[in-house]
Parts: sequence; structure tokens; C-alpha cells
Amino acid sequence: MFDVISLMLRTGILTERLPARSPESPPLESVQEDIRRILGRALCIRHVDAGSCNGCELELQALNNPYYNLEGAGIKFVASPRHADVLLVTGPVSANMEEALKRTYGAIPDPKVVIAVGDCGACGGIFGKSYASRGSVADVIPVHRVIPGCPPEPAKILAGILDAVVSAQGQASKRDKAKRS
Amino acid sequence: METDFAKDQQLPIPSNIQSYLLRVDREGWLRTAQALHNADAKFLTLWGADDRDRDAYFRVYAAWLLPQSILVLEHSIEDVRNPSYPGLSTIFPAALRMERAAYDLLGISAEEADARAWLRHGGWPGNLFPLRREVSASQSYPLDPEPYPFVMVEGDGVHEIAVGPVHAGMIEPGHFRFSVVGEKVLRLEERLGYTHKGVAKRFESLSQQEGHRLAARLSGDSAVAFSWAYCAALESITYTSCPPRAVALRALALEHERIANHLGDLGALGNDAGFAFGLTQFSRFKENLLRANTLTFGARYLMDYIVPGGVAGDLPEGGGDLLLTQYETLEEGVATLRSIYAEHAGLQDRFRETGRLEHRLARQFGALGLAARASGIACDLRVDHPWSPYDGLVPNLVTQPHGDVAARVHVRFDEVMESLRLCRILLEGLPAGPLQNTPTVASGGCLGIGLIEGWRGPVMVVLETAAGGGIRRCHAHDPSWQNWPLLEFAILGDIVPDFPLINKSFNLSYSGQDG
Ligand code: SF4
Repeated sequence: MFDVISLMLRTGILTERLPARSPESPPLESVQEDIRRILGRALCIRHVDAGSCNGCELELQALNNPYYNLEGAGIKFVASPRHADVLLVTGPVSANMEEALKRTYGAIPDPKVVIAVGDCGACGGIFGKSYASRGSVADVIPVHRVIPGCPPEPAKILAGILDAVVSAQGQASKRDKAKRS
Repeated sequence: METDFAKDQQLPIPSNIQSYLLRVDREGWLRTAQALHNADAKFLTLWGADDRDRDAYFRVYAAWLLPQSILVLEHSIEDVRNPSYPGLSTIFPAALRMERAAYDLLGISAEEADARAWLRHGGWPGNLFPLRREVSASQSYPLDPEPYPFVMVEGDGVHEIAVGPVHAGMIEPGHFRFSVVGEKVLRLEERLGYTHKGVAKRFESLSQQEGHRLAARLSGDSAVAFSWAYCAALESITYTSCPPRAVALRALALEHERIANHLGDLGALGNDAGFAFGLTQFSRFKENLLRANTLTFGARYLMDYIVPGGVAGDLPEGGGDLLLTQYETLEEGVATLRSIYAEHAGLQDRFRETGRLEHRLARQFGALGLAARASGIACDLRVDHPWSPYDGLVPNLVTQPHGDVAARVHVRFDEVMESLRLCRILLEGLPAGPLQNTPTVASGGCLGIGLIEGWRGPVMVVLETAAGGGIRRCHAHDPSWQNWPLLEFAILGDIVPDFPLINKSFNLSYSGQDG
């Protein structure tokens, strides 16, 4: 036990500042604030591997390591699509996963924000379209944002998720305003 | 003579490990397989090819590892209307799923095999065989899901639990059907194939110079191993030598891949046994290594580092020192964590005797790689069939006799330390010189093999070239094919809540076996 505590103390806090986006965009820390303000709780993400090579999953898993500290940023991965605000999809969509992906998409509550992660999710990647692969995620369900890369680095995934949430929120408030006026 | 497998009729196959081809008829196919079994040969893989356009045959191949070499049997199937061949699964049980896959893709059936589809889940019609020459590579078909008859276990109080294909965690898709009494598992049946994306067919539309990029993406956690295996096959066919500096850098990349995966698994195994501290610490070390990869190899995951004839980039100035410091921190950190794991009563309680794969079963069912070594089978290509640069490195073989989760944890700890030792030797003796000799384009109809010990076990690429710099057929095989069925045994008698831990202790590839 002493070893554990001493290693914890020596390790200290490793979490890094959230990645900056473009110079004109607000710092992501404010996005974190936004998430808290808009949702009043953590942003919940459901991940579906629709046929990836597992490379993208490794980088998604890395988001939970102490450097990125995803939960510290107010984001958590959840086990049920019914609890999710965002659906994160990796891989080209294999024919064998098409149905499971559509079903998961159906179970996500509105407004069904979908992010396709990786070159495969974005455009089918090296696998393309074939008898076994439907190609990109957008070929199967509506997609709001793609995060390219093979695999994309965790910092890019994190920035992409936060970005998507902000723009989805922007669109939703525009719609609300339009409705009111 | 039976025991030398008709040595005088064997033809050499270009490969990084000595390989031979033996052509056999139906009767010879079975007889030789039986003789190989008696000689304790390790079954590597089985695949088929459509050669009707060339000489009016379908062909089925199977490969084994013998103490000195790889032996590939080739059997030509004359009846192209109802192509079939004698199944091997009664002799080598691991062949069964490969035979089912060969039917789904090519329509050649193994007599006596399980007739259920394996890779085809209704995504394409049952009378369409994608690897046949006349089938277009880009055509897709509407989904027509088919029911899959799982084997039922009947009895008092037995019920079924179905899990997947989409799992609660961030892992790949697959389906597990448990038959349980109370919490105890009586039977587990896996159904895989969900991530099948037509890799074999896709190879055929790539050029010889592009194939390594697809091979790397068969299973992203083994990108280095697979791209090396592909390049080894192509380089052997074209008599291209890889410059010594590139050879050493390849091995460095392969050992980094092994270490990174082992670190990830050691953390996840701690976490699955309720010790989140382990995950935090190991994931930190893994992240450090991946960042060092970016600084030295140019990417966290080395999907495109190994290229035909060499490697894509050199270490930057100061890269060697950076890595040596990294190794030092890792050695110290992993040693500390190892003693913490060893002294943690809760962890040891979960690890010991859980998910036991007995030596006898592991042998009988042809376990490969890490899982085999943790069940007391001494096998590691880097030691038994060392290709360059491993022939000069003399790696130490790591084994554990007990076959439980604890043994697989042990093997990982030992292998991390051994890989770090090898990395130091590689770095310190890094030869100077060029990074790539571009291979010439191979003419059509050449067969080559690459066999590399990846972190999970031996990964194999069999490449057949087409005229004009193309690929006629490419079969990439992940050792998960052999080891998945063993997980069905390892869980028996354990309880359902231990499944994630046991599954993780094997950490098999879904994408690698689905193709
Ligand atoms: S984008 Fe790259 S890493 Fe991600 S699933 Fe596709 S091939 Fe694998």
C-alpha cells in the first residue's frame, strides 16, 4: 500500500490543458463550461465500432489516460445508447455491422449528434466500398462531423468532439430563435 | 519416406523463414496432414484460391510450422462445379473456422465441416463467393440477415446470456453466447465476423507497392507485424534485401509495438480486477511510449512505417538518446508496478486460477503466441526461427506453465522487460547506411511468405503476385484465429463476471480474424 501511495504522489497530476483549436475560436476550457451550462452534467458518448481495424479504438481508449483525462473535461463514455448525447462511430461500416449501427443510432435520443472518427469513418479509408464494406459512416447514417486521421491522435479526437457539441448547440439555439420569432 | 514429407518433391517458396510447397492429391492432403500432426507440427493457416482462369482449378492450401521450416500443402480441386476437399478439423481443430471462412469467401467446402456460415452474416448472397474471379470488387448487396443457430445447452436451471455484437466498453464487436447455471459458465459459443471488410478481395485491387498499407490495417494493434510480414513476402519474391539500418529499425518498431500493447493490457487487466490505479499508471507509460514514437518514428501508431524494401524514415538527431531515457524510465516504472501487482492480494486473488487454459488443451487445439507461452508451450519465432535481425539478437524465450490469467500477466511483464533489453541492443548497435532498397516489380504468379512474431503471436502473409505489378491473391492470417476457440475452454467453470478479465488476458483481435 505504501508503494501505491508513494507512486501516486510521485506521479502527481498529469492532465494537460485541453487542445487549442483555431486562434479565433474560443478556448476549449470555455466549451467545457458550456457543456456544464447546457447539459448541467457530463456529456455522454456512446461508441460503436462499425468495423474498424481497432487502431481508432486504441486512441479512444487513450482519452481516458491521465494526460487527456476525458472525464475531467466533463465527457464520459456510457454503455447504453439511450443515455448518450453523442454517437461516436469508428471504422468503415462493415455489412455485418450495418444493422447494429442503425439500431444503436435509432436508440440515441434526439438530436442524435453523430461523429465519425478516423479516415475509415470519414470516407471508408483504405477499405473503401465493397461486398463487405459500406464505406463511410455517412453512407449509412447521418453524420455531423468527421475527425480524420489513421488513427487520429487523441488530442484531435477530443477537440473534434468538443467542436461538434458546440456547433450542434449553435444550430439548436438558432432553430429555437427561429421558432420564437 | 513419410516423416520427411516427400522432401524430394518439395519446392522452395521465397520467405523470411525457410518454406516449402508440396503438391498433394486428395488422399495425400489428409495423409500428410496426419503425418504432420504426428510430427507435432504447428498448424498455421488454411486458405483457398480461384485459379479457374489459369488452369481450371480451385486450390486449397494449408501451412504448418516444423522445427526447421514452414511446409505448405497445395491441393488442386478438379470438380469446379462442386468444389470440395477433405476437412482437416478432425486432425487440427483450429482449421474448422478457417474452412468455414474459405467456404464463405470462395465456395470451396471442407467435407464434414460445420456448415454454418462464419464470415457471411447475410451481407451478401449465400450463392455468391466474393473471392471468385468473376465477382466484382466494388459491388455491394442489400443486407439480408440470417438467423444463426447457436448450439443449445439443455438441462435444469440452464439459461442463456447473449452479449454483443456491440459491447459496453470501447472494444471491437463480437457476439458471445453463454450457457450458465447460476453464475457458472457451462458453455461459451463465440460468433465473430462482424468486422469483416473484405480485406482479401481488396488486396487484389492494390499494386504490390501498396499492399503493405492494407496489411498494416488488418489489425491496427499489430500494424508493424503485418506490414513487415507483407514486405518480407514481397522482398523474398523480388530478391530485395532490406538495408541493415532499416532491418534494425523495423525490429525496434516491432518491439515498441509489443511493449505498447503489453503495457495497455497490463493496465486494463488491473482495472478489470478492480485496481484502477494500475490502469492509470500503465496507460501513462503507454502514452509516454507513443509520444516517443511520434518524436522518433513520426507517428504514435506505426501504420505506414515499414515499406517495401525498408522503412519510411530515420531516427531524428538525438532520437536514440530520447529512446534510451524512455527505456530507463519504463524499466524502473514497470518493475515497481510489477511488485505492486505481485503484493496486491485482491489482484492476485482475481488473477490466479481464473481462465485457466491447461497445457494439454493448448497443445491439442494448437494455441499460438503469447497465450501458448502462458500455457507452457515454448514457441516464439524470434527464438525458434530467427529472421534478421533476431538471428543476431538471441532473444530469451518467456514461458509460464499454469495457463491462468496470472500466467498471461506474468508473460507480459517478462516480455516487456525482454523487449526493452532487445531495444537497447538494437539502438546501441544501430548500423549506419540507407533506409530503403526499392524492390523491383515481381512478375505474375510468384508465391511468397512472410511470417513475423507479432505481440500476439505469429502473423503470416502469403502473397501471390499478378502480372503488371498487381496482387493476384493475398492471404493475411492473425494468430487470433487459433486462440479464439481456446477462450471458449478457458472460461469453463468460471463465472460470467470474470469473462471480461479472462477475455482481456488473451486480448485477441476481432478485426484480425474477421478480415
Ligand atoms: S482510420 Fe485507420 S486506425 Fe482507424 S479504423 Fe481505419 S484503418 Fe484503422
